[in-house]
Parts: sequence; structure tokens; C-alpha cells
Amino acid sequence: MSARHKVLLLDDDQDLLELYREMLARLPSQPEIHTATSGARAISLLESEPFSLLISDLNMPKMDGLQVLTIVRRKFPQLRTAVMTSVVDAQFRTRAYAMGIDLFLEKPNTSQEITFFLDCIESLLGRELDGGFRGVQSKSLVDIIQLECLSQSSSVLKVTNGALSGKIWFNNGDVIDAESQDLGGEAAFRKILSWKTGNFEILPADPERPRTIFNSYQGLLLESAQALDEAQAQVPEGESAPSPEAAPVLAAESPLAALARFNGVEFVMTVRAGGKFDSWSAENPEQISLWVRQTMQRFRALGDGLQAGQLSQLEGLGPQCHVALVSKADNDLCVGFHRSLSQDLVRETMSKIATKWAS
Amino acid sequence: MGFLNLLTKRGQTGATLVRLPTGSFTLDPSGRIVASTLPRSFPAGKVRQIGDLVLSTFRAAREAGIPLTELIADYAALKLTARELRGGAIIFLAPRSLGQK
Repeated sequence: MSARHKVLLLDDDQDLLELYREMLARLPSQPEIHTATSGARAISLLESEPFSLLISDLNMPKMDGLQVLTIVRRKFPQLRTAVMTSVVDAQFRTRAYAMGIDLFLEKPNTSQEITFFLDCIESLLGRELDGGFRGVQSKSLVDIIQLECLSQSSSVLKVTNGALSGKIWFNNGDVIDAESQDLGGEAAFRKILSWKTGNFEILPADPERPRTIFNSYQGLLLESAQALDEAQAQVPEGESAPSPEAAPVLAAESPLAALARFNGVEFVMTVRAGGKFDSWSAENPEQISLWVRQTMQRFRALGDGLQAGQLSQLEGLGPQCHVALVSKADNDLCVGFHRSLSQDLVRETMSKIATKWAS
Repeated sequence: MGFLNLLTKRGQTGATLVRLPTGSFTLDPSGRIVASTLPRSFPAGKVRQIGDLVLSTFRAAREAGIPLTELIADYAALKLTARELRGGAIIFLAPRSLGQK
């Protein structure tokens, strides 16, 4: 017999906690309910024993729900989290989802809403039982597509790769359509298949989706693999072609040279935890790396303090050059651009570079 | 319905939940706030924290040899834009909604 789920309820109102405890205890999965009336107490409980789910209020004294979630998402990234609040405000919903919560629910007022609330929580706990892809990083997109096709699924596979995203539609195990940015059909499918890393989620089927792909999934995967092989010998889209004699020199100088081939790039630098850095073509690399490290740390801390969610990018425009900074894990990437580039072009190019860096 | 009303009934809890503000504020080179359109509900300490960070970032960038006149920080739920003003700065804060790029 599998162990019962442990659910931690956090609300500053003891009466409400008791009501929710009674309601949740009647769920079919019969979870073990624990309660906490303060964020500090909740975090202590989470540290002392494993939980499946944290359900938190937002509006609480001393440490509010967003502050608790900021800490919880960092210390317990695998823990499922739900917000249940009487604060009906789109901004708080946005900020909570930006922190990576699984569910945002308004406190139920009617019996129907209570039923809905209980169904949502049961479903969330069920996802834990059913397993799934959350946290799975070793599957390639080809594996996932094959799984969907072999299991005769009807679904939509949503894939995100940095700032890029795409969707692949399945109907009874056939790939019927794909879409990515301005591409559609097989072109979009091949584009999505070219991504090396990213996140994905399986969305409900869309039976109304018109079919634009008629090739079999085996044929699609084979053609995509061939296209990728051919593309490896070519310069990727959006990059300026180096001269034949320059290419080996760039490769020999630094692995960052590949990131520097985009138009308008003047220098590239990566800074690792602890301050070690690699740079390509940067003047004052020591000083710049220090600035990059400190700036990203401080702006991330500011985001945490404001509960504004993850810092996705920092851009700086200047009279000598422009810079754009992004982070991945504990590494920072800083790219310097020629000052003639517009802010939109800096952002667009940085998005491509960050995607390439991440992959 | 008395029982159900209990579910949303709130007492005096001294709640601290703070909205992200929309607005701007201006700093002189010493970091003093000279003008602000931010709501009063947004804590002054947070405003000073943002201002100090922006000014020190401009200063550190200059010292690193990459002088900047504008900074844009993109958070999932907030966009912060800062423009350098003769050693001071004007800073714009704009919360984002779900799905907004």
C-alpha cells in the first residue's frame, strides 16, 4: 500500500485551518493534513519532514504568502504548491504563478466551489501518484513524440525552449499539426525538433485542429534528423557567416565564439558561481565579470524582495555599447552589443543567443 | 450559509500583502527621491532600495568601462526601466499581467 500524501495547510486563521482540515481529510486519497498558522512555522515543518503539497494563504501578517512561496520554491523545488486566497487580484495571481505554483484558487464560497476546490486538490495529489514528467530531464523530444504516437494519444505537446515555444498536435497517435513562432506544419515540427533542451507539458487534445501534416511520425522524425545533420554543417539562421579562414581561429580562441557570431555582438562573457569567468573579445574582462556577478545577484535579490518573480533578463543601453544579461542555474551570461543596435534588436538577438547558450 | 461564510471571514490580521506599484520616481545623484508617482501604499523602504540599486549599478557599470544610460530589468511579474539623469535617475515600474510579454 502506498503511503498517504502529506498536505500542509498554511493560514493565519486557526478556524479556517480546522475547516479545511476537515474538508481535505475527506478526499478519496485520504491525505494526512498538517497545519501551520505562520510562514516560519510552515517552513520549519517542511524542513522536518517531506510533504506532497503546500496550500498557502496569501494575506498573512509578518510573512505573507508570496514571501513564503519565494522561500519554499527555492528550498523545496519538488514540492507542489497551491495558493488559496480571498485576494481576488490578477496581479497577485500573476506573481504567484511567476513563482512556479501549481494552482491558484480563490477561497470557496459555495458548496459548488468547495467541490471544485476539493477536486482540484485531489487532482493535484493524483498527479503525484500517476508520476509524469515533472522534473524529468533525460528524455529527448523524439522520445516524448514516440511515446505519444505509440500510445495512440490525442493531445497537444507544448514545448518551450528559452523564449521560444511551439506546439505539436496529436490525434490518435498521428502528428497532425505543429506551430512555432511564425512557422506551421512540418517546418514548425522540424524547428521544434532542432531544440536540444527545454520544458514541455501535455495539454488536452484539440479535436478541432485542422490537419496540415500527413506524413507518418516515423517519416517526420527521420526527415527532421536528416535536416539536423545537414544543418550542423551550415551557419544557423540569424548568425553572420564567418570567413572560412576566421572560423577555425574563432573556434580555437574560445567556445564562446559560437555565441559571438550573431550580428552586432561585440563581446561575450560567462560568469560562474564563485566569480570565475570566460570571455570573448571583452575589454576589462575582470571588471566586467565582477559587475555582471554583482548586478545579477542584486537584481535577483530585489526581485525576491518584491516577490516579482524570476529575473528573466537585464538590459543596459549605453553610449559606447549595449549589454544584455541572463542567468541559467548559477551561471550568468553577458553579451555586449554594438551601440547602433536598437533595444528591440538587442532583445531579439539576446533571446537567440540565450537559447543557444542554454542548449 | 453561515458555515460557508466562515471560509472567507477575515479578522484583523495586520496583513502585509503589498501590490506591485505602477508609476515612476526620480532620484537626484545623492539618491534622494525628488518626485514620485508611486502609490503611498508602496513602502518607502522598497523605493529607496530600488533607487540605491539602480544608482549603484549605473556607477559600477561606469567603473567597469561600460557606461550605461538606461537599464531594463525584466521580472516575471514586473518590468523596471531606469534612465540615467545627470548622475541621478528616473525609474519606471510596471507590473505585468499573465501572458504579457
